[in-house]
Amino acid sequence: MKRNVAGKVLLLIALSSIASLAAITFFIFKEGLPLIFKVGLVKFLTGREWSPSSGEFGILPMIFSSVWITLGALVIGVPTGISCAVFLAEIIGDKTRKILKPAIELLAGIPSVVYGFIGVVILVPFIRETFGGPGFSLLAGSIILGIMILPTIISISTDSLKAVPNSFREAAISMGATRWQTTIFVTLRAARTGILASVILGMGRAIGETMAVIMVAGNALNIPHSPLDPIRPLTSNIALEMGYATGDHQKALFATGIVLFVFIMILNVTATGVSRLGLKTESLSGGRVK
Amino acid sequence: MGFRYPKFPVLALFTALICLSLSSCGRNHAGKIILAGSTSVQPFAELWADAYTAKHPGVKITVQGGGSSSGIESALTGTSDIGTSSRELKPEEEFGAGEKVKLQKVPVAFDGIAVIVNVKSPLTNISKEQLRELFSGHTNRIDNRPLTVVTREEGSGTRTSFQESVMRLPDSKTTERISNSALVQDSNGAIREIVAEDPNAIGYISLGLVDKRVKTLSIDNIPPTVATVKNEKYKIVRRFLFVLKNRNNPLSEDFIKFCLSPEGQNLIAKKGLIKINDTQ
Repeated sequence: MKRNVAGKVLLLIALSSIASLAAITFFIFKEGLPLIFKVGLVKFLTGREWSPSSGEFGILPMIFSSVWITLGALVIGVPTGISCAVFLAEIIGDKTRKILKPAIELLAGIPSVVYGFIGVVILVPFIRETFGGPGFSLLAGSIILGIMILPTIISISTDSLKAVPNSFREAAISMGATRWQTTIFVTLRAARTGILASVILGMGRAIGETMAVIMVAGNALNIPHSPLDPIRPLTSNIALEMGYATGDHQKALFATGIVLFVFIMILNVTATGVSRLGLKTESLSGGRVK
Repeated sequence: MGFRYPKFPVLALFTALICLSLSSCGRNHAGKIILAGSTSVQPFAELWADAYTAKHPGVKITVQGGGSSSGIESALTGTSDIGTSSRELKPEEEFGAGEKVKLQKVPVAFDGIAVIVNVKSPLTNISKEQLRELFSGHTNRIDNRPLTVVTREEGSGTRTSFQESVMRLPDSKTTERISNSALVQDSNGAIREIVAEDPNAIGYISLGLVDKRVKTLSIDNIPPTVATVKNEKYKIVRRFLFVLKNRNNPLSEDFIKFCLSPEGQNLIAKKGLIKINDTQ
């Protein structure tokens, strides 16, 4: 009886979180869709001019910016993150790992405004003096985001590397593979779905990050042609202009939110799909990994 | 986002009721005033609020930012008692979409918009035309030096005023657009910060907020100073407005009276604004 009540209460709490998701979704779409219909979906997505005061709502430059900055963050964050995970899972002992891994996870606890501030004070002047240009750029944003997604990538990748059964490594080594070969050809391959999921989750984080990006990316409305160009991703556009936005302008920002929402939903569904698929193939291919 | 302004009549009614109940307390110098709007006006509104509440301890004044557009809307919906704006009202704002009321405007100060560069920049003067070429993106250099243009975000009062007075073509009624490749920052302070750091940056901020870390440029050989704004030689000027739905709230009226009094005007003049009676 008691258990029944507790179960119901927990169910209610669980449902309330879903309800808030539904409410947010409903609200964003309700506010944003009318504008998309008014402007036209194609024109909204492929327009190059964003000038709400003269009635132009094209978010193509921002879509490009979001994609570029996310790719940039991945280029910087993924190799570093996976190398770090290999080091933590394969090379050092349990004791050191127990100190290093929580330390790296602490990175996730630093507020994004602090990342942005460090970017403005150190990174932006450095880029300006070294490469020229304003310093506020795709490059600065990518580097900051690349660091911000490290904890996600390292933590999940380390766990999935640790989850590879030791018998795999033993088998490889007994067949004459060096430790390096074992790591590259056996362990990393066996853990690849977990690693892929970590990358996709990191991507979700990168595409949704706002504060740090506003501070270092320059917020210009161009489609970037070089890493030194300033950019304005979708998130920045919303945060930058919401204070002043009224009427259609405000609705257009909600519509920007819809696009972002769809982007992130696709990423999350892919991440879930990848890890599910991974479980299946792993259980089937247990012995097939070379 | 949506929660900034009450969307629902119920909420607006509720706010209005609170305001009413507060103002109908009977005593003139007790109650609450909410100011909301322009971030350019905000620091000066805070000055006034501090000075006023020091005299009338029973009154509580809240000064919120949010921008000119949202300040105007907040006055219309009743979220604030006084909306502040650093630009003129558009006709559709003045009458409010579908509303029967006409918003009341009270000009409270003049402010120059200063064009600023880094202290290391050799530039000291720029013509209005060069400025327009630069901000519209037709060129990105002056005297063969590359410049990084920094502007405010769409909807900002400072940007709107700058666009009106600088980007308007001399021979027609159209204004040129500010270039898409300009850096965009969402406050006067952020622009000042970039210009203070980047030797090639050029931007514009409220004259009242210029400090030692940046250098102002003369426009067509006229430096932006309190004197040149007063004698109307310096042309990039705008008014700071208080916007009200009606003039029946005695508390708000008393506060406005204070802001326009010599004491209130001296307070902001010390900080670089121009008193409202000094021109015209």
